[in-house]
Amino acid sequence: MTRLLMVGAIVLTTAAVAWAGMEDDDEPRSGRVPRPVITEPIKGERCVEDEAYMRRNHMKLLDHHRDETVLRGIRTKKYSLKECINCHASEKTGSVATAKEDFCVSCHSYAAVRIDCFDCHSTKPQGPIAKYPPSAEPTHYKHEIDGGAQ
Amino acid sequence: MNEPKPMSDNAPVSPERRRFIGAATATAAGLTLVPGVMLIEVAHGRPDDQAASSAVRWGMLVDANQCATGCDDCVTACSTENGWTPVAESTHPTQAPQWIRKLELQDPLTQMETNLPMMCQHCAEPPCVDVCPTGASFKRADGIVLVNRHTCIGCRYCMMACPYKARSLVHESLNDTQKADVPRGIGCVESCTFCVQKVDRGDGTTACVEACTAAGHNALVFGDMNDPESEISKRLRELPTKQVRADLNLNLGVRYHGI
Amino acid sequence: MASITFREVEGSSPKYWMLFGFLGLFVLFGALAWNSMHHHGHVITGMNNQIVWGLPHVFAVFLIVAASGALNVASIASVFNKPMYKPLAPLSAILALALMLGGLLVLVLDLGRSDRLIVAMTHFNFKSMFTWNVFLYSGFFALVGAYLWTMLDRSVKTYSKAAGTAAFIWRLTLTTGTGSLFGFLIARELYGSSMLAPMFIIMSFAYGLAIYLMVLAAAYAWTGRPLGDAVMLRLKTLLAVFIAAVLYFVVVYHMTLLYFASRQDAVAFILRDGGMITTLFWVGQILIGSVVPLVILLTALGKQRMWIMVACALIIVGGIVQMYVTIIGAQAFPLDMFPGMIEKSSFFDGQIHHYSPSMPELFLGLGGVAIALLVTTFAVKVLRLLPASLDDATVAKLEH
Repeated sequence: MTRLLMVGAIVLTTAAVAWAGMEDDDEPRSGRVPRPVITEPIKGERCVEDEAYMRRNHMKLLDHHRDETVLRGIRTKKYSLKECINCHASEKTGSVATAKEDFCVSCHSYAAVRIDCFDCHSTKPQGPIAKYPPSAEPTHYKHEIDGGAQ
Repeated sequence: MNEPKPMSDNAPVSPERRRFIGAATATAAGLTLVPGVMLIEVAHGRPDDQAASSAVRWGMLVDANQCATGCDDCVTACSTENGWTPVAESTHPTQAPQWIRKLELQDPLTQMETNLPMMCQHCAEPPCVDVCPTGASFKRADGIVLVNRHTCIGCRYCMMACPYKARSLVHESLNDTQKADVPRGIGCVESCTFCVQKVDRGDGTTACVEACTAAGHNALVFGDMNDPESEISKRLRELPTKQVRADLNLNLGVRYHGI
Repeated sequence: MASITFREVEGSSPKYWMLFGFLGLFVLFGALAWNSMHHHGHVITGMNNQIVWGLPHVFAVFLIVAASGALNVASIASVFNKPMYKPLAPLSAILALALMLGGLLVLVLDLGRSDRLIVAMTHFNFKSMFTWNVFLYSGFFALVGAYLWTMLDRSVKTYSKAAGTAAFIWRLTLTTGTGSLFGFLIARELYGSSMLAPMFIIMSFAYGLAIYLMVLAAAYAWTGRPLGDAVMLRLKTLLAVFIAAVLYFVVVYHMTLLYFASRQDAVAFILRDGGMITTLFWVGQILIGSVVPLVILLTALGKQRMWIMVACALIIVGGIVQMYVTIIGAQAFPLDMFPGMIEKSSFFDGQIHHYSPSMPELFLGLGGVAIALLVTTFAVKVLRLLPASLDDATVAKLEH
């Protein structure tokens, strides 16, 4: 079922992107549909997987990881939502989902896919954002090198 | 998820883990064959990629004789660690979640007074798990009873079933005030988690126990009840303890002395 | 056996549309109530961490119990082969479906995460009575739906008895499940009793029949179709038997609990010390809901149509009050974690818990009732559910 929903979400996303793309051709750049603002992460140079893969599949990774963590207590960092937030929180708001331009919200409202992650999850990294200077090495890198994740 | 396999110990987090990872590499085969043997030793330093094990059973000892009247340090510590608003600060006291509370008891005949903290008793046979329609209420392998908020639909049947009134429904939006480590939110049921985030981090203790020890009362002990060498097991062997509503035969993870 | 003509009600009079609009308005209120509960969370309701199930559950459980009871008339016709009841069966089935729909909607719209209903349909824990109920409810729709089909379509008429029997057995199981939602709870003194399941079954007989009689009489009065006394008097006697049986079960249930010292305080709370709850029990459930209707139905008053309707209305009110006492009363009494001790805490341990229902809860509950009646009103317009005439002569012919 979850799979089906996921497929549905992807189809919707793709459709929305395609539709918005068409709009763009007809209208000038300042069209009615605001493009998602994808800000550079505040730290690290690359994501845990390549961008194209993440755009399509981040929800699968997160869903799998959440069950591993909640049900079995596996706390690897690589696909953990907390680590996403640590890197992608906006420098301005310190959050991934507070302002319209924050990382998660900006894309999800563009694709019209409602998420309820942040009904429960904090949208901010643990501690003040200053704790994570933009140049800091993301934790999941270390784990990739360690092989600490499964 | 095909990442490189673990077990090279370049930068372990703690010395304890370094020891473990070394040992684990050496006995990787042994680990798969007889996991229980290894895991008892490393109960306090489970690596990130290892699932909670049924070889461990987390539990708590409450010594009601040591528990100070009027002191609610454990309650405050829990609310700080887990991010729930203390009931005194809540605008809706009857609807505010309380993961742990101080209970004052008095025997009307003898006037004897007792006070103790009450929270989720982490039953081995939890009624909340039995009644949950979606399986959101579940017991982890290491005996910690949790709510999976991804599948909790907020029906509150578990709250009807719990003999300890341990569970609360989050009645209103939390507006992003949650702790990064402790997701919790509107419309879902929640309760004491034995500070599962701390346990998984390898702290081997909970916020309430730390606070009680820091205040010098030492009324609370947390640990692995399956490990005969753990402090809690040693204390439980010596002290007579009781389970609350033992008549229900739920085999509780919290044991009380002095009630 | 004489044949009976079933005909749709015309449903074009201003009176029909006024009824339709009136019910629709309450459905709308119910939707608005759900919307605000969903938006703000349960903080706007009277429910809290002490009284976790409130007015929506009172309405939901009442409607679900009444739904299975409403099917009785049909069961008597096809399972017990009473030809007199055959013309009454289609309305009985549709009313059962409509009440079940109303009850379930209230139940699911009260969920803390009603947006995640899909989770309840895809994740199951088979140790949970709730999970069993999910299947019992779905099965009820399927079986009663099939049963209704055998009644309306001549080509499948031969299966009517089989479908009716299956639906009858299913509805007994279903009400057992509903009663066991409470019966299987170990924590509270007033639950945890196998008496609850049979008690709920007999209550469903009474509530369902009372609703059925009111709907039947209203439908015939408002459409100007003849409805003879033969039908009404037969059914009202049956209703009196059901009410007497309810009283019997209520007495035995409380007597059993009273015999357990550990449960005496809780029973005393309902019967003597509970203030509001005690008043509701004695005045609402016992006097209004059982004794007065029994007197009406068994004396000469019960021969008059008007008084039968009064008795039915009282039984329905008494039924809702009974659910209130059963659901809220049991939660209002504090859990006894340390028997014999006085308990005190910031979490209201050891105190009687108070509950004041809020507007959204009330309107959500009424919305469920309105949906049930709206579906019935619409169904009698589009389907041939009601015999054109139920006068005494027509009915008498059926028996020979």
